[in-house]
Amino acid sequence: MKFSFQKYLQVMNKVSLIIFREYLTRVKKKSFIIATFLGPILMGAVMFLPTYFALNTQGNQSFQVIDESGLMGAVFVSDDEVSYEYISTNLDVAKSDLLESDVDGLIYIPDFELNEPQGFALYGASNQSISTLSSIENTLELHIESLRLLASGLDKEVIDSFEAHIDLNTINLSNSGGEQESSSGAATIIGYIASFMIYMFVFIYGAMCMRGVIEEKSSRIVEIVLSSVKPFELMMGKVIGIAMVGLTQFVLWILLTAGISMLISVFMSPEALEMGAANSEMSSEADMMATALSALGGINMTLVLSAFLFYFIGGYLLYGALFAAIGSASDSDADAQQFMVPVTAPLIISIISLSLVLQDPHGSVSFWMSIIPFTSPIIMMMRIPFGVAPWELILSMFMLILGFLFTLWIAGRIYRVGILMHGTKVNWKILAKWFMTSD
Amino acid sequence: MDLIKIDHISKAYSGHQALSDISLTIPDKSIFGLLGPNGAGKTTLIRIITKIIQQDQGKVFLNKEEITYDLVRKIGYLPEERGLYKKMKVGEQLIYLSQLKGLSRTEAVKRIKIWLEKLDLKSWWNKNVEDLSKGMAQKVQFIATVVHEPKLLILDEPFSGFDPVNADLIKNEILELRDKGATIIFSTHRMESVEELCDNIALINQSKKILDGSVKQIKEEHKQGQYIIDYTGTLPTKESFDVLNQTDLEGDLKRAHIKFHEASKPNDLIAQLIGSVQLFAFSEKIPTINEIFISKVSPSHE
Repeated sequence: MKFSFQKYLQVMNKVSLIIFREYLTRVKKKSFIIATFLGPILMGAVMFLPTYFALNTQGNQSFQVIDESGLMGAVFVSDDEVSYEYISTNLDVAKSDLLESDVDGLIYIPDFELNEPQGFALYGASNQSISTLSSIENTLELHIESLRLLASGLDKEVIDSFEAHIDLNTINLSNSGGEQESSSGAATIIGYIASFMIYMFVFIYGAMCMRGVIEEKSSRIVEIVLSSVKPFELMMGKVIGIAMVGLTQFVLWILLTAGISMLISVFMSPEALEMGAANSEMSSEADMMATALSALGGINMTLVLSAFLFYFIGGYLLYGALFAAIGSASDSDADAQQFMVPVTAPLIISIISLSLVLQDPHGSVSFWMSIIPFTSPIIMMMRIPFGVAPWELILSMFMLILGFLFTLWIAGRIYRVGILMHGTKVNWKILAKWFMTSD
Repeated sequence: MDLIKIDHISKAYSGHQALSDISLTIPDKSIFGLLGPNGAGKTTLIRIITKIIQQDQGKVFLNKEEITYDLVRKIGYLPEERGLYKKMKVGEQLIYLSQLKGLSRTEAVKRIKIWLEKLDLKSWWNKNVEDLSKGMAQKVQFIATVVHEPKLLILDEPFSGFDPVNADLIKNEILELRDKGATIIFSTHRMESVEELCDNIALINQSKKILDGSVKQIKEEHKQGQYIIDYTGTLPTKESFDVLNQTDLEGDLKRAHIKFHEASKPNDLIAQLIGSVQLFAFSEKIPTINEIFISKVSPSHE
């Protein structure tokens, strides 16, 4: 066939019309707008709320202490947050008084044996938070330990002088001879987030693609459109249009999340600083955050983000094409179910295998799953934060491109026949026959 | 001149012959009716012409050139299975479909406005398609088919879903398009519309072409020497004709439907009658396409 540039332009023009329609109708939908704005707000809430509650529930608690052993006098010291009051009433009286007072809890220290400390209890009208429990346990344990040390003739201060504290800095060596501080914790978190987002995006937008095809088919618009464009052009227009919807949502999420978390950090910081000074436990958490943040610098975020975009688009095209083919073979969402399981199985297997990959990000299972196109988008995103050799990345990307060209080709052949078939009970054999049908 | 030539087309679906060896010619600037009962193969033939499905054998020529995908895209095609994007607005949707046919946006808007006015849909520009009645949606689909002013229009069952008033409206639009120089092919299993509209027809039954030609010529060929006469008196009992039925009109006047055994000129027939009866009216009974259709496809004929 003779190549004509003008004809090429006409086809491109039509495909871009289709892309544009698919894009606009979806972006204008209320559900898209809500999801786009709610996503980052939810993410922000996930970041914000635990800190918020941590800051607020701790304040102004009061406890009573009954010390029957006589060993724990002045162990609990009141401060700004928690006040302790030693009382010498009978336990039963104290318990019944507790319900009528606004004291949060009653710490009961029995007359215990140093060797066998048992019978401690915390009474309260409501459940105590885990951090309260652990702080009380800590205080008791520490004091009992030093009592035991004293009993065995050792001085607590001498023991303290032996104590050492070490932070292990993990440093990645790169070929260029540079050293980078890294944190496998941060890499794990980033890998998980990226992998899950790829999984969700491919699933959500793949299913969107499928429903779009089913809608066109069941509303019988498809033959009208096919009098103007080829089936493959219609399919590509839809697949690409929906990919752009996904990209738009992703970019908006990043921008909005960044904006919201910036707002939150500005809003939170004075309080957080204050807390840090007041509470040593909080400041150690802040230390951890700082370490994690500096470790983030060690992970190549530009690489992570651009790889994310690539694997999102590649993975979506690969699965989106298959979803479109499923849609073309189905008259309703229910019809599509029988084909969904095998098609989405590699996606689900990838997600399940993440923990395996995590144990050994450079092992052979990780390697092969990040090369095979059906699993590579999710698995590779888990591996990249841990560092992947450039040749592996290039091979994986190349395979993914081959992969989606392959599925687009297969899907196109099924789609062109399926889209015009109504009321046929479709199974795998029929799909294969459609695929083999000559043009 | 012939616009379309269909040359020995055959098509089988799994275990079922949809079309066997169909050959047809469709003249330029005329209306061509593709008739046949449900499941005869009309839609299959149309889908082959529009290259939506592929024939097993045979060729389709448009203007003496074998039809290609690029030629098909210029056709105005109203499929039998037709619908619209439910969530799209009427105007927006028509613009989209016109642009796919190659119109610029401004040109599309201009023409669509004219058409919506013509078909009483002017106030529906901004309404969602799902709010339209079935008839209105059909009109919108019709507009989408003709808005790019194609030289060739293929309408598969264009009148299904229309009430008589709207069917008439569409009928007149089709005639107008023909007068402006378009060639129109339409399929139907309802014969009423055929006689007023079609210049030529082809009759398909059980995948085979049974007859084709101009409406006039087909009717001429299917005359069976039947006449309707109004008379007074008693018909002669001659063997040259049969009385198919007889009814009493007012007074002595009677009407009879008679059939002559041999083809003869009307005057010879009258000569046989006037000896015995007083003749008030004499007309030849020309078969309707419907009657020809039924006589051809009814099982007794085979």
